[in-house]
Amino acid sequence: MSVLTIKDVTKLFPGGTKAVDSFSLEVADGELVCLLGPSGSGKSTLLRMVGGFETPTSGLIAIDGEDITRTPPEKRPTGMVFQSHALWTHMDVAKNLAFGLKLRRLPADEIKRRVEAVLELVGLGGYGSRRVTQLSGGQQQRVALARSLVLEPKILLLDEPFASLDQHLRERLREEVRDIQQRVGITTLFVTHGQDEALSMADRIVVMRDGRTEQIDRPDVVYRNPQTPFVAGFIGTMNLIEGTVSNGQFTRAGFSHRLAIGDGPATLAVRPEALDIVPAEPGAGKVHRVTDYGTHGLVDFDLPDGKRLKAMVNQPGQFQHGQGVNLMPRAVAAYRDDVQVFRSAP
Amino acid sequence: MSTTAVKIRAPIDWTGIVFAVVLTLVIVAPLLVVGTWAFTNVWRFPSVIPQEFGLKFWYQTLARADVWSSITMSLTLATTVTVLSAVICLPAAYAFARLDFPGRDILFFSFLAGHAFPKFGLLVAIAGIFLQLNLIGTFWGVVLIQLVGTLLFMIWIPVAAFQSVDRKMEEAARDVGASPFRVFWSITLPQAGPTIAAAILLSFVGTFYETEGAWLIGAPQVRTLPVLMISFINNQPVIQYGAVLSVLLWVPSFIALLFARRVVNSGSFAKGFGA
Ligand SMILES: Nc1ncnc2c1ncn2[C@@H]1O[C@H](COP(=O)(O)OP(=O)(O)OP(=O)(O)O)[C@@H](O)[C@H]1O
Ligand SMILES: [Mg+2]
Repeated sequence: MSVLTIKDVTKLFPGGTKAVDSFSLEVADGELVCLLGPSGSGKSTLLRMVGGFETPTSGLIAIDGEDITRTPPEKRPTGMVFQSHALWTHMDVAKNLAFGLKLRRLPADEIKRRVEAVLELVGLGGYGSRRVTQLSGGQQQRVALARSLVLEPKILLLDEPFASLDQHLRERLREEVRDIQQRVGITTLFVTHGQDEALSMADRIVVMRDGRTEQIDRPDVVYRNPQTPFVAGFIGTMNLIEGTVSNGQFTRAGFSHRLAIGDGPATLAVRPEALDIVPAEPGAGKVHRVTDYGTHGLVDFDLPDGKRLKAMVNQPGQFQHGQGVNLMPRAVAAYRDDVQVFRSAP
Repeated sequence: MSTTAVKIRAPIDWTGIVFAVVLTLVIVAPLLVVGTWAFTNVWRFPSVIPQEFGLKFWYQTLARADVWSSITMSLTLATTVTVLSAVICLPAAYAFARLDFPGRDILFFSFLAGHAFPKFGLLVAIAGIFLQLNLIGTFWGVVLIQLVGTLLFMIWIPVAAFQSVDRKMEEAARDVGASPFRVFWSITLPQAGPTIAAAILLSFVGTFYETEGAWLIGAPQVRTLPVLMISFINNQPVIQYGAVLSVLLWVPSFIALLFARRVVNSGSFAKGFGA
């Protein structure tokens, strides 16, 4: 039973970079929360503050209600898995796993038992006497995970643990880690800048931008109902069309759509799969490229002012370069001043 | 595949051969001559090989009290200087590598600056100061001067070694519950270990052979083996004394070489330099 509380945390680096800006989050017991955001959005800094490797300039971090904001890392009940695995290459696998247990002065047979058990858990039974450098990248990352898990921390922290692995392995380990995390029931904070990773693993996603929270929600909600144009553009593929609204009509370069909001500038957001297009001459847009994926197709087309949009179609054979199309969004959201002001009924 | 490969013969590498021959002449020939002299009882001009081989001069050299006392002196000095240097320099090197403090770069360079000037001039200046402090002709005076000579190896190489240790490894150790000191002891030092061992070895051997400082500050009370050898070569008409001593002097450098080979082969030596 462990809850992580982050409250109004700000980190100002010497030199003036505000890496994390008044950030708050509560991670429930056994929950896996993904921190998702572009490079430099402060994900690692936040994670490192929870691990104790950076000190917040202000704010509070607590585990199960106990303030640990200024506790050094060796006294925190957190376990961190680094992107570069950071295994100790002068020790074999078992010694890597036993190091933390020895520091806790556990009896030798207890250490042995726990090391073997955790190796089983990560699927590396019998690898104890291997040298770290003799393992593949994926195995190394599993040992790194085991090294944290063996100490049974209250909070597990992972900073892009799969970033250096190839796509295939990444997907497999993603499932394994999620599996283990749920079996152990450990409260987890996971940093990534891959949206697939976040969407497939997380109980909740925190989308970060410039050290701030843009949105905190379940993956499906973040995908279907992004609260800001930034989130809309960051998760999945999204057409973001800037235009103006007057008299309940949104217009941009010959394209118009009914939008029941007040007059003024607005950004219309529509997913490719929610954007129907039909051949029409001259049409509101001109087809640029058609990609056939077998099960479906993707059509890139341009508005007269050059704005490129994407639409998903069932029969890509209908379309070809230079052809005119009309567009009919089925579901849209609209934003004004970075705030959602309209969303069509789901 | 392999049958065709056998037929292709590597062209003769003339540059390599010339290089090897020149190296042999320059390095091995003098060693050979000195080595021969050390085991020669009689060798008169114009004979190419000695008239009489033998260990006569080994007995004579090793029977001398000043030879034994200088060997003891050299070993004591080299050990003292190396231990002191390690105790002072390793923590300093760690600080240079990991901490950021005001004046860090200037201080770092001041450690190395001693080696940027002509050494003898510097030594004479230091000797002047030591004269005032009554350190001339004392053991600790020589220790002090030789300590300065080890700074280059014992700061520069360990700094590079510590810097090449992955910080994330140290953080991971903190993460599983190790105190900063424990991290240094169990992670940083073993990771940088082979390179630091090489630095310690270099400074031991360097100190063992150091002559100018030992002579300028120590003479005549403190006599190291190299200093004794020089005085033999200068004052004795018998070549063999010098030759026997220089063969004796090879021993530590030979042992050092064996160790160094292991360290260099392990690849961590190059890593220490950021390779
Ligand atoms: N030690 C530091 N000193 C100064 N600035 C730093 C330091 N560490 C990070 N920063 C700055 O803080 C900001 C956030 O960095 P952070 O590493 O947290 O981003 P991130 O979201 O993890 O990015 P990435 O996806 O590239 O890993 C960046 O602008 C970065 O340059
Ligand atoms: Mg990062």
